[in-house]
Amino acid sequence: MTSVFGVASSKPEAAIGVIAPRCRIGGGENSTSAPLTTVFVVAVRTIWEAMARRRFLLTSWPWRGLSYVLSTPLVSLLVGMAVAAMCLPWFYLASRFLRAQPTAPAETVLVGLMGLVVLVAGGPLVAVPVARLERLRLRLVDADPVSPPVVATVGSRLGRLRRRYTEPATWRELAYLVVVTLAALPSAAIVLTLAMAVALIAGPLLVEPESPLALGFGQVRTVAEAAPFALVGAVSIPVTLYLVAGLAGLHATAARALLSGADERLRSELVEVSRSRERLVTAFEVERRRIERDLHDGAQQRLVGLILQLGLAKVEMPPDAPGTGSVANAHDQAKLLLTELREFIHGIHPQALSDLGLPSALQELADRSAIAVTVECTIPQRPSAAVEGAGYFVVAEALSNAGKHSGATEIRVAATVRQGVLTVEVTDNGRGGADARHGSGLTGLADRAAALGGTLSLSSPVGGPTTVRAEFPCG
Amino acid sequence: MRVIRTVLAEDGALLREGLAALLDRFGFQVVAAVGDAEALVAAVGEHNPDLVVTDIRMPPGFTDEGLRAIVRLRQDRPELPVVALSQYVETSYASDLLDSGGGVGVGYLLKDRVGDVHEFLAILHRVAAGETVVDPQVVRKLLKRSSTPLATLTNREREVLGLVAEGYSNAAIAARLVVTEAAVNKHIGNIFTKLGFAPGEDRNRRVLATLTYLRDRAQP
Repeated sequence: MTSVFGVASSKPEAAIGVIAPRCRIGGGENSTSAPLTTVFVVAVRTIWEAMARRRFLLTSWPWRGLSYVLSTPLVSLLVGMAVAAMCLPWFYLASRFLRAQPTAPAETVLVGLMGLVVLVAGGPLVAVPVARLERLRLRLVDADPVSPPVVATVGSRLGRLRRRYTEPATWRELAYLVVVTLAALPSAAIVLTLAMAVALIAGPLLVEPESPLALGFGQVRTVAEAAPFALVGAVSIPVTLYLVAGLAGLHATAARALLSGADERLRSELVEVSRSRERLVTAFEVERRRIERDLHDGAQQRLVGLILQLGLAKVEMPPDAPGTGSVANAHDQAKLLLTELREFIHGIHPQALSDLGLPSALQELADRSAIAVTVECTIPQRPSAAVEGAGYFVVAEALSNAGKHSGATEIRVAATVRQGVLTVEVTDNGRGGADARHGSGLTGLADRAAALGGTLSLSSPVGGPTTVRAEFPCG
Repeated sequence: MRVIRTVLAEDGALLREGLAALLDRFGFQVVAAVGDAEALVAAVGEHNPDLVVTDIRMPPGFTDEGLRAIVRLRQDRPELPVVALSQYVETSYASDLLDSGGGVGVGYLLKDRVGDVHEFLAILHRVAAGETVVDPQVVRKLLKRSSTPLATLTNREREVLGLVAEGYSNAAIAARLVVTEAAVNKHIGNIFTKLGFAPGEDRNRRVLATLTYLRDRAQP
C-alpha cells in the first residue's frame, strides 16, 4: 500500500480513494518510495494530538478547548428547548400520571404515538441545522473539516425530503442532539470548577479582615490565610485545562463520528462507480448486438443477394462462353466470404443467443466443439442480455481452452438460474493444471463478471478435472 | 410442369427482388412478395399459394417472426408446403418446423443455398410435392450428438438416416453412398426397426425417423 503523508488536505473529497492517516508525522523507512508529492510536516490537527505534546499549555489548544466546552451549554440550551417542545405530548402524559389523574388507555396510546410522530417528523428539522452549526464549531478543536453527508440535490422537493428522512446520516444527526444535550452537564461542571479555581487564585486580592471569604473549606480573613488556597487554585488550573481538553476531545470524537458524511460519500461514490462499470459492460453488450444486427441485415443480406445473382449468371451463361470460369470463381469466393462473415458475426454476438436465449446458444456452442459436450440447462426465465452474454462467453472461452489444452474427451456444461443467480459451469475430464494467468481469455471474462457483480473461478488441479464456474446475480 | 404459385417473404428488398426474379424465370409464379410476417399471413390468405418461401428473421422483432408465421399458417393448412430460409443453422427452428403439420412439405435451409440455383429450385419442387428437406448442416450438427435412441444405430445407418432427413430418395442415397438400392432399403428397414416404427406407409416413417433425429437433442 502506498501511504500518502503530508498536510491533510483542506478538501477531504480530493483524497477519496486513498486510505491516508488523518495526521501523521512523515518519513518512515519507505519514504524513498513515497510519491513525489509527499510533504513532510509536523502538524497538530486535533486537540487529542495537542494534549500529547509537552508544550500543550503554551499553545492555543487549551483555549480552543475551553471555548468549545464553554459554548456547548449554549447549544445544549437551544437544542434542549426544541427537543422539550417536541416532547410536550409525553410531558403531558407524564404529568397526568404523576398527578394520578385517570387516563384512558386509548388516550395514553394516542398521545404517546403523537409524541413519537412529532419527534420523528420534527427531529430531523432540528437536527439538520444543529449538525451544520456543530460541524463549524468542531473546527475549534479539530482542524480537519467534517464533510457533511451527501444531500440529494436532484429530484422533486418531496423526493428530496423523503430521501432526507430515509438517510442514516439524518438519524445519526438526531442521535447527536442527545449527545450535545447531555454534554451540557460535564461542560457546566468543568466551567464551575474552573470558576472556582479562579476564585481561589483571586482570594488573596479580595480578602479583607472585616469581610471574611467563604472558600468552601472554611473562611479566610487574611492574605496569609488565603495564600495556600490561591496556590491550590493555581495548581488546579492546568489540571482543569487538561480536563477541559479531554472533555472537548471526547465531544469532538463523538461529533465527528455522528456528523461526518465522509463514509457515506465514499460509499455512494463507490456505488456510483460500480454502477457506471456495470453500465459500461451493458453498453458494450448492446453495442455488440447492434453491430451484429447491422452486419446481419446489411452486409450479410447483400452478400446473399450477390451470391444469388452470381448463381443466376452461372446458370444463364452458356457453358463455353468466355468468363464462365471467372463467374464460377467469383460465386465460390462470395460463398466462402459469406461463411467467413457468418463466423465473424457469430464471434461478435451469436444470433441464437439473442433470438433463443442461453440454452439454445450453449447447445449450439456444444455442437461446434470437437470434443463431446453435454449441456444441461435449468433456466426458468431469461436473464438480462448482459448477463446472458457474459455467461455465454465464459462457456465459449472454457470450451475453446478445453479444446486446445486439456486433452479432454468429455465436457459437461451446466447452466442454472436459482434464487436470482445464474451459474454456468464447464467441467472437462482432461489433464488439468490450467492457469488463468497464462494467456487464456478468462482474466478478461473475470473482469466482465465482476462488473456485473458476479464471480468467476477456475479449479484445475494437475491431473484434472478442470472446472470453470461463473456466477452472476440476475435478480 | 404446372406452375407453382408462390408467396415470397423476405425483408431485404434486394434479395427479395432477386429471389422473385429467379423464381419467375424458372417456372414458378410469385403471386406476392412481401417484407414482413404479417403481410405474409395476409398474402397466403389472399392467394392460397402452392408454396411459401420465407426468411425466418423478419421485422419487427428480427428474431423468428417468419417461422412463427408459417407454423401458424400450417395449423390451418397442414399440407401447405413451406421453405424457411435462415442466415444461421438453428436446430430448434428445424424441429419446430417439422413438428408443424406432421412434418410433410417442409424445407429448412441456410440462405447460402439460394446461390446454387439448380439445387435450390430442385428443393423447392420437392417440398412443393410434399417432401421434407433439411439443410445438410443441420443434419451434420445433429449427427454429432450421440445420445439415445440414435446411439443404437451403426455409423452407416446414421449416415443413411442423415440422408433420409435431408430428403433424399432411396435411389439417390444409394447413388451417393455408392451402394445398391437394396442395401439402402435394408439399412432403412433396420433404422425403422431400431427406432421402433411399425411397418406402414413409407413416407410417414421417413418423416418420423427425421423427427426422432431432430428431437434427439438435449432439452433446451
